[in-house]
Parts: sequence; structure tokens; C-alpha cells
Amino acid sequence: MKVNTMAEMMASGTMPEYLFWVGCAGSFDQRAQKITKAFSLILDKVGISYAILGKEEACTGDPARRAGNEFLFQMMAYQNIQVMNAYGVKKIITTCPHCFNTIKNEYPELGGNYDVIHHTTLLQSLINEGKIVLKEGGAFKGKKISYHDSCYLGRANNIYEAPRKVLEVLDAELIEMKRCRSNGLCCGAGGAQMFKEEESGTTRINIERAEEAVATGAQIIAAACPFCNTMMTDGIKNKEKENEMAVLDIAELIAESMA
Amino acid sequence: MEMIAPLIFLALLATAGFLFYKKATLIKKTILMGKSEIQYNEPGRRWKQVLLLALGQKKMFKNPLVAFLHLIIYAGFIIINLEVLEIIIDGITGKHRVFLPFIGSYYSLFINVFEILAFGVTVVCVIFLVRRNILYIKRLSSNDLAGWPKTDANLILVVEIILMSLFFVMNGADQALQNLQAPHYAPTGSFIVSSMLVPSLSQLPIDTLILIERSAWWLHIIGILAFLNYLPYSKHLHIILAFPAAYYSALEPAGKMKNMRSVQNEVLYAMDPSKAPTDAAPPTTFGAKDIFDLNWKNLMEAYSCTECGRCSAACPATTTGKLLSPRKIMMSTRDRLEDVAKNINQNTQFVDDKKTLLHNYISVEELRACTTCNACVEACPVSLSPLDIIMELRRSLIMEESSAPAEWNNTFSNIENNFAPWKFSPEDRENWAKEN
Repeated sequence: MKVNTMAEMMASGTMPEYLFWVGCAGSFDQRAQKITKAFSLILDKVGISYAILGKEEACTGDPARRAGNEFLFQMMAYQNIQVMNAYGVKKIITTCPHCFNTIKNEYPELGGNYDVIHHTTLLQSLINEGKIVLKEGGAFKGKKISYHDSCYLGRANNIYEAPRKVLEVLDAELIEMKRCRSNGLCCGAGGAQMFKEEESGTTRINIERAEEAVATGAQIIAAACPFCNTMMTDGIKNKEKENEMAVLDIAELIAESMA
Repeated sequence: MEMIAPLIFLALLATAGFLFYKKATLIKKTILMGKSEIQYNEPGRRWKQVLLLALGQKKMFKNPLVAFLHLIIYAGFIIINLEVLEIIIDGITGKHRVFLPFIGSYYSLFINVFEILAFGVTVVCVIFLVRRNILYIKRLSSNDLAGWPKTDANLILVVEIILMSLFFVMNGADQALQNLQAPHYAPTGSFIVSSMLVPSLSQLPIDTLILIERSAWWLHIIGILAFLNYLPYSKHLHIILAFPAAYYSALEPAGKMKNMRSVQNEVLYAMDPSKAPTDAAPPTTFGAKDIFDLNWKNLMEAYSCTECGRCSAACPATTTGKLLSPRKIMMSTRDRLEDVAKNINQNTQFVDDKKTLLHNYISVEELRACTTCNACVEACPVSLSPLDIIMELRRSLIMEESSAPAEWNNTFSNIENNFAPWKFSPEDRENWAKEN
């Protein structure tokens, strides 16, 4: 896979249409790397011009800010905005709802103004434009799929329809969990919880959510966030359902189904 | 008596009005102890929120049955106030049913509407008492409400039932007196609910009936004035503050956290010293340790909360048995506010009581359990934000006390040194692209 960096593009005197903001999970987490690759594959197939920041990308500061460390957040934001503004970045796509939320909603006040698009929204418009063509009788035809709402897409940014519209083209049976859309139950990762042990309680949040997912009888849990993906995968393992159910990102489902 | 009654009534009305005004002023003063650093622009969109959330109760209809029941009480409350207006004018002028001569045959139509609503209110209050005390609906019987809050909730419902019953007794006795052609009781026509009381009341002599009618009339209006003065001490204050709460609720995407301009500038000056003004004073406090550090909107929201618990029922932390409950965050904030208000009232200005909202009212463990998922804000019928308070307290914990779990400290140092929350080399960030 050949993925250009902004630095390489600039050296060759071109500018991509999109900056693909990969995010820390998408860059380093082995499971999330597969999502990153699947999404890059789609972008390549459709012929979208994009580049990544590569080594110049840094954490947006989301977990630091939500843990309460505003200093660290401001430092990361300053650094990222400097880099992106230097390249004249205008449009950003990302597979991480946390990065999406921070860059879209919190960077403008700090001098970073970009058109930020989550990958599910981009996939929906590519499908609408007929640019994504799926195989006949794709791998997920007739399968039961349940979409888990990411808090930072859903409640935080009102994106409920795009991921569902993308799933519809798979010709699968979409089943909603008991708590969905604006009532969707968190996976337990947000607010920097991903990076610490859960506080003591009667159960873990991801296990509670996995129970709802299992109750749908779905074979696939569709996620749109790398952190939800990890949490749901762990929860389903805890319920010993990992052989019957898979947790896949919407980008993976589409990449797998493309002609 | 005929001369004295209006004077007594006026004295009562003035006393009730004065006491309410005094308490409302104190609450306003308490709320304004909060910071006022946020601008609330776009009045058009804000009034729309008042219309949708407060007046229209849009978010209540996520549960249509309960929303409908609540709507009956709400509509009853607003519409029956027209009758209270007549009662007040009667009280001041010493007249009886002052509107009757003006609207004639429409009068009984109005009273019938009020009576149907009053009957609805009574039935719903009974249903709500059953939900709280017999069915033990989870969010209405959680530990958050142990003690006074539970009594407060029941008291409101019982008082409403009593007020409605007095309204019926008053109208029933009036009709019985009309039948007996008692002086001063002009014929109004029959009233749909209270007419059911007439057969048994008609057995009584006129004097007793007048005593019943007058007692019910006085108790009803005294009850209303007392209830008005109970509001500021109760969760029931939401009937007033839900409106400003809806007006000031966030217009931005829920995921956006409040920026800390002072920290932004500190970082900017550190990165680019040429931008630093020579007289820049460093920020004094970071985040909120006590109510004084919160925004006044947070404080108003604490007074607006009616402790319904929809937030906690939706909260992933509460529902998985963590110590955090967003409703309790709002209640603790109000508890602290009321203690501070009491302190100020006693000492003319706030005297340090060695307590703070953080630690003494809200614990670190509660704060640490939040996933910032916004379920609480979404669930709140008037979009109050416990999350906002939690985040401000977290900021104080980290930036003032350097209090973080060890894993978070590792995360911070990874972000600072490796530009990712995990300990990977930044050099490897694009390695995924080199593999197949």
C-alpha cells in the first residue's frame, strides 16, 4: 500500500483534496490499523486524492482535555493546528469520532478552521454518488448486522443516519439494539476511560453493552469508532460469543464488499 | 367581617409576595456568585428552545405515557391559574365570583374546564404517588433521593391533591348554597365534577355550608400562597427555572467542551513569547473546586433540576453500579449552593467553612467514572448539563491538585513525549502504510 504524506505531496508540488487524519488508534493499535487500511483501500479504489500527516500527526488532545488536563490539550492543539495550517489543509477525513469531534468543534476557536468529515459520512455520499460499487451477492448479504452508535458521532455531533445508510447497501438485515441512536449506550471508552481501569461497580460498561448486542442475535456488530471497536470486541469475548459474532468497522464492511 | 376580610386577604397576599420576592432575590444572588464568562448569543434559536423544550416539553415525549401524565399537571397548573386570578380579585374586592356578571353563561363553561383539569391533576398526582411509593420505579426510588428529596417529592403531590380537593369542596358547597338560594351566591349553573358533592352537602344547614365554602376558599388560596413560598426550597422550583434553563442550554454540538482561554493563552505565550503581553497576569485558578468557580449557568441549572433521574437512568456509569450519578451531581451542587447562601445570610459575606463542592459534596471517585458520553444531557428534558460540572471539577483535580490515576499520568506523559496516548515511537506512526 502506498500512502502519500503531506510532506511528500508538497515536495512534488501537489496538494491532495483531503487530509486523512488517521488518529493514534488508527496508527498504532493493531486492530484499528486494519480499519485504517480498509478505509485507505476504499479511497484508492474510488480515486480520491488524499494524504496523511504521518510522523507529523500528533494526538488531538481529546483524552487529555476530557481527563481535565487542559494544558496538554492546548499544547497538542497548537502543534497540530500549526502543522495543518502550514500545509494549507482545507478538508479533513477521519475514521475516529473523537478526533472528528475535537478537530471539527474545538479547533476552530484555537485557529484551526477545516471542513471535517467522518468516514461514515464520506462513505454515504460516495455511495449516493454511485462511486462505490459493490459486488453482486456480497459477503454480508442477508446477514444480521447491528450498529453500535458512537457517542462522539451520535449525541455529540448528531450523526445517526450516515452509518445506517451505508449499512443499508450491504443488503443485510439491520437490527437495532435496545438502546440506540440518541439513547445509545456508551461503550465505556470515552472521557479518557480507555486509558485507565474502570471505577468499581456491579459490571463493566462494555459488558453491559455487549449483552445488548448479543441479545439482537446479530452476527456482526458494526462500529464506526476504533475505541468502540476495542470495547465491543472485549465485551463479546467476555460473553464468549467471539465465534458467533464479529465486530467490524463500517469501512471494513464496505472495503470487503466492493467490486 | 365583610370589611376585615379583604384587609386580611391583602395582608396575606402582600406577606406571601414579599417572602417569595426575598427568597427569589437570595437565590438570584446565589446563582450570580458563579462566573459570567460565556456569551449567550443567538436569541432567536434560544427562544425556539424555550418553545420546544420548556413550553412544548418535546424531550419528555421520549416516554409518551409519562409525558402525557406530566402534561396534564402542567396544563392544569397553567390554566387553573385563571381561576386563581378570579379568586385573588374576589379576595381583594370582597366580591364573590367577580367574573360571573361579565361572561354570564360562559362562566360555567370555564369552571367546567378548570374542574376537568383539576380532576385530571388529582388523578395524575395519585398515579405519580403510586409510581414513587408502591411501584418503586427505579429512577424514582434510587439512593439519590433518600431522606428529604423523597419527602419533598411526595409532599408536592399530596399538596396538589389537597389544593384540588379544596377547589372541588368550595365549588360543591357554592352550588348547594345556590340551590338553597342563599344570599351572595348567584346562580352559576352546574359544575361537572363538584356537582357530585352537592347531594350530600345539601343535607347541611346554610350556616354550616357557608362555613365550609368559606373555609375551603380560604384554605385553597392560603395553600396556593404557601406552595408558592415552598417552591424555592423544593425541587419543584423547576416550574419556573425550566424556562431560563431551556433558554440558556447549549446551542453548539454537544461534543464541544468549553475552551479555557487562559490556558490557551498561556500555551500560546510559551510557544511564541513574542505574542505575550508584558502585563499578562497568569490565571489564578483552573477548573472548579467550588461553586464560585463554576459558571452561573451551572448554578442556575442546579436550582432548575427537579431530580427526575432520567439522566442517571441513561448514564452508563450509574447503570453499571458506579458511584457516579449525574442527578446526584446536580443535587450536590444545589446542596452546596444552599449551604453557601445560608452562610452568607448569617455572616453578611461568605466565611470560609473549610468545605468545597469538590471532595466535601462530590467525590473524586464519582468524577472519575464519567465517560463524557452526553447521555445525561440528552436525557434531561430541559438539557441541563451535569457533564459540564463534572468536567470543570475534573479540571481542578488535574490542574490544581495534580490528582490523577497513575494510568492517566502515564497517558499524559505518552501524549507529551510520544504524541500518542500509548508508548509508541512517533517514528512508527505511518508504519501501517508500509505493511500489506
